[in-house]
Amino acid sequence: MIGIREKDHQVSEHTEHLDASTEQLVAPSRLSPGRRAFNTIVRSREFSILLVLILVIVAATISSSSFVFGGNGWRDLLLTPSILVLLAVGQAVVIITRNVDLSVGSVLGFTAYLTGRLFIDHPGIPIPLVVLAGLLAGAALGLVNGVLIGFGRVPALVITLGTLYIYRGVVLTWAGSNRINASDMPNSFGELGTATVLSIPVLFLVALVVLIAVGYYLQTARGGRQLYAIGSDPDAAVLYGLPVRRRIISAFVLSGALAGLTGVVFAARYGSVSSSAGTGIELQAVAAVVIGGVAIFGGSGTVWGAAIGAVLLVTINRALPTVGIPDFWQQALVGALILGSIVLDRVLANRRARRLIGARDNEATTGATA
Amino acid sequence: MTDTAAALELRDVTKSFGSVVALRSGSLRAEAGSIHGLVGENGAGKSTLVKVVAGVHRRDGGEFLLDGDPTDFASTAESKAAGIAVIYQEPTLFPDLSVTENIFMGRQPVGRGRRIDRAAMYDEAERLFSGLGVSIDPRRPALGLSIADQQIIEIAKAISLDARVLIMDEPTAALSGVEVERLFTVARRLRDEGRALVFISHRFDEVFALCDTVTVMRDGSYIDTLSIADTDVDTLVALMVGREVGDLFPKTPATIGEPVLQVEGLSSAGVFHDVSFEVRAGEIVGLAGLVGAGRSEVARAVFGVDAYDAGRVVLGGKAVPPRSPNVAIRAGMAFIPEDRRQQGLVTEASVAHNVAAVIRGKLARAGILTRAAENRAAAPWAGRLEVKTSALDMDARTMSGGNQQKVVIAKWLATEPKLLIIDEPTRGIDVGTKAEVHRLLSELAGQGLAILMISSELPEVLGMADRVLVVCEGRITADIARDEATPENVMFAATRTHEVTA
Repeated sequence: MIGIREKDHQVSEHTEHLDASTEQLVAPSRLSPGRRAFNTIVRSREFSILLVLILVIVAATISSSSFVFGGNGWRDLLLTPSILVLLAVGQAVVIITRNVDLSVGSVLGFTAYLTGRLFIDHPGIPIPLVVLAGLLAGAALGLVNGVLIGFGRVPALVITLGTLYIYRGVVLTWAGSNRINASDMPNSFGELGTATVLSIPVLFLVALVVLIAVGYYLQTARGGRQLYAIGSDPDAAVLYGLPVRRRIISAFVLSGALAGLTGVVFAARYGSVSSSAGTGIELQAVAAVVIGGVAIFGGSGTVWGAAIGAVLLVTINRALPTVGIPDFWQQALVGALILGSIVLDRVLANRRARRLIGARDNEATTGATA
Repeated sequence: MTDTAAALELRDVTKSFGSVVALRSGSLRAEAGSIHGLVGENGAGKSTLVKVVAGVHRRDGGEFLLDGDPTDFASTAESKAAGIAVIYQEPTLFPDLSVTENIFMGRQPVGRGRRIDRAAMYDEAERLFSGLGVSIDPRRPALGLSIADQQIIEIAKAISLDARVLIMDEPTAALSGVEVERLFTVARRLRDEGRALVFISHRFDEVFALCDTVTVMRDGSYIDTLSIADTDVDTLVALMVGREVGDLFPKTPATIGEPVLQVEGLSSAGVFHDVSFEVRAGEIVGLAGLVGAGRSEVARAVFGVDAYDAGRVVLGGKAVPPRSPNVAIRAGMAFIPEDRRQQGLVTEASVAHNVAAVIRGKLARAGILTRAAENRAAAPWAGRLEVKTSALDMDARTMSGGNQQKVVIAKWLATEPKLLIIDEPTRGIDVGTKAEVHRLLSELAGQGLAILMISSELPEVLGMADRVLVVCEGRITADIARDEATPENVMFAATRTHEVTA
């Protein structure tokens, strides 16, 4: 019976040599680290979304070369998605824990208006202080969400839907019909909205720094990995003794703080803020995260994917008119993209599960004969 | 044993969930450097006891000592910090994460700047796996691992935790002989290192091979602790079963008629394999086996809730198509799931509404369903089952577990089925009402209904079933007639440690 097992082992080794792509999932992989990294990247969801993005940009540029090479083409390509990228990063962290934050649009509106008010009420206030205020205000609103969800045992969907209206109500009461205009804010602040460093917009750099910091944390810190574990199986996370409540609260604080930062960025970018700033953008953020390959039930996906998803969403919306697609189809296409990525997720997950189970069944049958 | 404090000691620990008492008086004493067995039937309170130690449940009363110091865990994190590792009956892994991350979650090796040192983590995982004598890719996700491999991951986790108390709740239930030997080698090594191990198992040969002492539990209470050297299988079984089986199970003989349900070669990859059996009119067939053996999965596939890869289901001579519970209901099949609160009952609705739920289509006039019509349809059934509710308008939520179960049964009887599949008919029901549910099942069989009863409670299976089918690891390993069924041969077939001839 030992003979059978050994023979089986040889066969599997043999097939591995023939085709490195059918990795042996049962025994340790013998691929070289470089090859493994290459495989991981090429097969990742992020990579395929990136390909789609490049395709969209190439198609738009072919039909109108100004899309990239025109006066502000390159700048706008990077600048326009920056706001959504910031929101998507925060949203991705929350969704990875099997929650959702629908209040980010209202938080954005709140801090955007706060930014304008600070400049009006305290002339000469340093810009970094305003940014800090936006971050802290957003974090505080996120903390409210997190505490309600962590202690209230009510689904995040319901809680943040509630705070979406409450936070917006606060902005409406506070702002009334007032409007912040570009002239209310210092020029240096407004210029930040379009400024570039080495032809790269400053706001894009801000989003990039946030993305890299959060992505690095999720990948390499114990706390970051725990967020994945919590989303993968919340009950198992409790049995593991992970600090589930604390982690979920901090995910919402992060999402709130990033939405708060986005509010400040929003004010700098558009110069005018009304009480309805950011209305409905939370759904775009969720869409970007889903398109970027973060599983809506948590546990898998990356902020890199969410960020690429955000850029893709914004870029498609800008590219479609250029290639002459009518308004209705623009919306429908975004919808199709979301449905497509969810279907793709399911298909890939099912296929992977079946492959893993199949490998085990084969093993079990040989084990039974042995 | 010495007089010094035991590594782990529980004295008269109690725990209730609502009105159901899970643990009446649980006691356990595990010494450092020894392996302590814990045996008892399903529902004897072993798992509850384990969860109290693990910090999942907080005990209602009794003493809990670690190395002689009174202890009280409010969370699993506290129990883990105190050096207690628990391997649960059903492994608790994060399917999306790599097996290595599953082992080290929350305490990954960190390098400069508290960043996770992945290389070190993978090396450590490979070292753990080779120490356990298994070959698992440390980078693969936990998704799709067999139960045996999942157990290995849990064990690797416990070893890397350097726990001083290791509790294993039926770790061998899904393991093959080779895998069990491997586990035992590890367990003995851990014992020789001076740790205290608690080993829960249904397989007596394993208890005798591995343990130094053994504690028997029954009905949530401590019965006895024996040294393995001074006892034998018969003594343990007697202590475990230890009650009059007859009273609780008023089984009246029924005339067995034609086959109602025929299942042929039913298979589903990774879940169950080549399952064939039949249930006749008037017959109660008990589906016995360990938790996780695949009994409920077979039932769900027969009823059409879950898909299957091969095989067919025939009801009353006609094939029932897969994946269509609606057709199965119309063909005369009724299915009462294990978790009635979640799957069988609308707890916020009235009794009448619940009873009438499945036959709504028949009751509706021009698509409109009136409360009066529901009450009319429900009244005879509820009356027949002696559901104790003052009015049919009472909310099902406020009823006891036994009465809820009767409402669910009434609901399905209203469809006038030929076959009733019932999963764990008396789970969470107090002893008095249990007998009532049993009497009801017996009566129904007497009226010619074919009943397929899944139960983890051995006395229930033995007391109620005309025939016992034993499922082990997704296969039917024994078909035993009522007269020949004993706790021993069912248990042995369920663990496949002995060949059973019926």
